[in-house]
Amino acid sequence: MEDDLILRVQDLIVEVDHRIVIEHLSFTVKRGDIITILGPNGAGKTVLLRCLLGLLPYTGEIRWEEGIKIGYVPQRLPFIKDIPLSVMDFFALKQASERDVQKIMQVVGFSEELLGRKIGDLSSGQFQRILIAWSLIGSPDVLLFDEPTTGIDISGEETIYNFLAKLREERHLTMLLVTHELNVVYQFSTQVICLRKQAVCYGPPREVLTTESLQNLYGGDVKYYQHKHQ
Amino acid sequence: MENQLLLSLSAGIFIGGVAGYLGSLMLSKRMALVAGPLGHLTLPGIALALIYGFDVSLGAFPFVVLGIVLIWLFELKTKLPMEALTAVVFASGVAVAFLFLPLGQAETALVGDISKIGSWETVISVSISLVIIFAIKEIYPKIVLINISDDLARSDGISVKKYNFIYLFLIAIIVALGVKMVGGLLTAALVAIPASAARNLSGNLSQYAFGAMTIGAVSSFGGILLFKLTGFPAGPLIILISTAIFLVSMFLKDEGAFHGKPNRRI
Repeated sequence: MEDDLILRVQDLIVEVDHRIVIEHLSFTVKRGDIITILGPNGAGKTVLLRCLLGLLPYTGEIRWEEGIKIGYVPQRLPFIKDIPLSVMDFFALKQASERDVQKIMQVVGFSEELLGRKIGDLSSGQFQRILIAWSLIGSPDVLLFDEPTTGIDISGEETIYNFLAKLREERHLTMLLVTHELNVVYQFSTQVICLRKQAVCYGPPREVLTTESLQNLYGGDVKYYQHKHQ
Repeated sequence: MENQLLLSLSAGIFIGGVAGYLGSLMLSKRMALVAGPLGHLTLPGIALALIYGFDVSLGAFPFVVLGIVLIWLFELKTKLPMEALTAVVFASGVAVAFLFLPLGQAETALVGDISKIGSWETVISVSISLVIIFAIKEIYPKIVLINISDDLARSDGISVKKYNFIYLFLIAIIVALGVKMVGGLLTAALVAIPASAARNLSGNLSQYAFGAMTIGAVSSFGGILLFKLTGFPAGPLIILISTAIFLVSMFLKDEGAFHGKPNRRI
């Protein structure tokens, strides 16, 4: 693969339940990039992440740089409340050593006291951070996030994204974020993929996010989105 | 203490304990509901065992395996909710059993009878229970992660198919062992109630798993002793004791005795 390139997706086609969800999608990711995948509901964003993780069958090519380690932060974990799980238990599921867990807790800014707390007793912001911490165990090179802002209020949301930007600096991470929030795209990403089955736009956000491309992406009232997020 | 009682207690404590332990894994994703229909489906096997005089667990086992395959196939082919599917399997099991189940032995088939368990049966039940406890301990964290999220488990490199297969196989063995003690009707309670009670009382995973195992074992112990004292069948008594423990656990949970404050939602 070319220098600095850690992922190449070529002519990706994904079918779920006999319906084409993604067609002819191609893009590349360089080391250190923050790529946002933007699009309306049902546009194939989560499906794309799951393909990149190797969880769904597809045709075309998804080529990661050899030996690359990928961390994954899912959108939500509805079943986690079924079991009485402490934060430490949750880390233990990944066979993390106590030392790793202590280090990661420092990175995400939590005291060790939180390790004994039940997952169900955490606030959504705390839980989000714990999920990120969990994905960081094993020092991945790339993080895949499925809508990191879900369920967090505005101040919490800002914290999470500032926090992600900090993480990227400190740990030299490459990130792919699924989102439908334009402010996130402008503030944090180096590249954006507007996904609606195909890539409606692809490139640096300030260059490719035009009224026209957004209209193509969302179809409806684009002003609403711009008004909301700028 | 008389020999027969010792045998019943030993087998009971181990079967009850291991069923509770596995039940703590089955409580999430509503898997505990599956144990009910599987228990019912064993009835034709139990009926055969009673007629031809061999071990009921041995008779039950192939029918549980059949049940698991059927439920899995139905889910694959029909996309009906699991509850509806298990109801179909469950009703057919009872229906078939009652075509040829000798009426005099219906009680044993329905609510179990561990009071006459032989020495060899006890040794085998205890040994199998020990092996299963070890196996559950091995797969426990993996299954918890799979229960939380298939995607998360797979992205962490866990072979979900392999672990689910081992898990279902263990469920089959537990159900087959469980029907010996509490019969085809009550097996679901044997796995579900101790885990439910333990969940009310636990602040972390090891308290929960160990709690479910202990409550299962204690209920069996108490139920068998009560049978000795009252003469009522042991199977229902075991289940009623675990129900009583569950009720107490609900009050303790409401008072926040074990983990301080009420749960906040994620």
